Amino acid sequence: MTQAFLGYKRPGGQVGVRNHVLVVPTVICAAVVAERIAAAIAPIGAALPHLAGCGQIGPDLSVTHDTLAAYTRHPNVGAVIVVALGCEQVVAQYLADCARQAGKDARIVSIQGEGGTVRATARGIEIARELAVTLGRVEREWCPASSLVLSVKCGGSDYTSGLASNPVVGRVADTLVDMGGSVVLGEIAEIMGAEHLLAARASTPAAAAHLLRLVNRVEAEAMALGLDIRGTQPSPGNIRGGLTTIEEKSLGATHKAGQRTRLEEVVPYAGRITKPGLTVMDTPGLDVESVTGMVGGGAQVVLFTTGLGTPTGNPIAPVIKITGNARTAETMADNTDIDVSAVLTHAESFESAAARVFEDMCEVASGRPAAAERLGHREFAIHRRNATI
Amino acid sequence: MNPAIVISAEDNVATALEALEVGQTIQAGDATVQVAETIPRGHKVALLAIRAGAVIVKYGSPIGHASSDIAAGAHVHTHNVSSERGRGDLAQAGAR
Repeated sequence: MTQAFLGYKRPGGQVGVRNHVLVVPTVICAAVVAERIAAAIAPIGAALPHLAGCGQIGPDLSVTHDTLAAYTRHPNVGAVIVVALGCEQVVAQYLADCARQAGKDARIVSIQGEGGTVRATARGIEIARELAVTLGRVEREWCPASSLVLSVKCGGSDYTSGLASNPVVGRVADTLVDMGGSVVLGEIAEIMGAEHLLAARASTPAAAAHLLRLVNRVEAEAMALGLDIRGTQPSPGNIRGGLTTIEEKSLGATHKAGQRTRLEEVVPYAGRITKPGLTVMDTPGLDVESVTGMVGGGAQVVLFTTGLGTPTGNPIAPVIKITGNARTAETMADNTDIDVSAVLTHAESFESAAARVFEDMCEVASGRPAAAERLGHREFAIHRRNATI
Repeated sequence: MNPAIVISAEDNVATALEALEVGQTIQAGDATVQVAETIPRGHKVALLAIRAGAVIVKYGSPIGHASSDIAAGAHVHTHNVSSERGRGDLAQAGAR
């Protein structure tokens, strides 16, 4: 089996699978300018348009700040342009400093400072072209698969997710962790009903206790609303697809984190993943918010299983779609990277399907675009902890 | 090929890989179960009679409990299975 890929070696030992010029708006008011700057150097340019950056307080502001900072440090990013308005809460200088501490060239363009949209966009594009030329000279080098932090995610689940695609991805997770790599699982609500299985695999009592605390918190939040969580978990599409309860969905969903990976640590939203083995991240179940957080934590690549099919991508990380539903592989062919439905009819073994997925993951990590990248899917949404003030 | 899949030996439901019609039989271990009502593809069928309140088991773990008696071969879904988790509606009803 392939155990290496061609990646970008970063200062500090991290490895990137992409080499983007990241264009970060500090605040929603700077998002359009940031998007225009990134578009001028597509596909190397990647903007992070988001809805916040001002009108925030407490933990909500911290999560926005920390998530944007995490992206500026990310190994899939080669250089950073921070686009500020000039009067917002998120601090442009802080984001630029984070990027520089990670060894990246970082510049700031201020819309108020440059004197409006037209001048700021022009200045940003000028800088972007300069950075793109520099990054274009960087060569990929062979890197061990163990340098990957793999995010595992499922969305648009149906009965095939728990029976086929999640167990296949779970075998990939087991293999990667055996090699010394890292795997991150999010979506605490979708661990509800399967937490006993993950907690039993925790490497420390503290990690198990942390996981159980998080699941209890999410359940308590749902209970506090006085509603049945079945209004959203499983989703209406999940229920049509045959999933009856959140317990059933969770038991199928956690398969994708492997069968023998040890739970090493539980980290906050977009918190840095530092340990080989399995990390659980505190993310909501909404696909884009969840992927945004796990990539922020350092995942360079996402294996995303789906039964019904879904387009979700990410601005800086390839999101590889794997389905166990043969019909979806046909009807959503443009969004689908890998069809593993043959394991359901025993026409292919789980081991063979997992080997194909691992191989594909290494090829995508080496530069081949995933379907979501070819289609321009760059969804990005930072989890909000409280309402805008 | 068996038209339904049983994941774990402890399970009392199977998942239909294709739509199942009344009278069709499915194999679950040594037992043969006759399908009692139409089961859509991907949905679950009871492998034995399940009494109201009894635990529904899939993947070898509980996924909820029967909210009414379920006959062998019957469709097992939201109409006859209740979840144990995130039930703020029940918590509120109990508090009243």
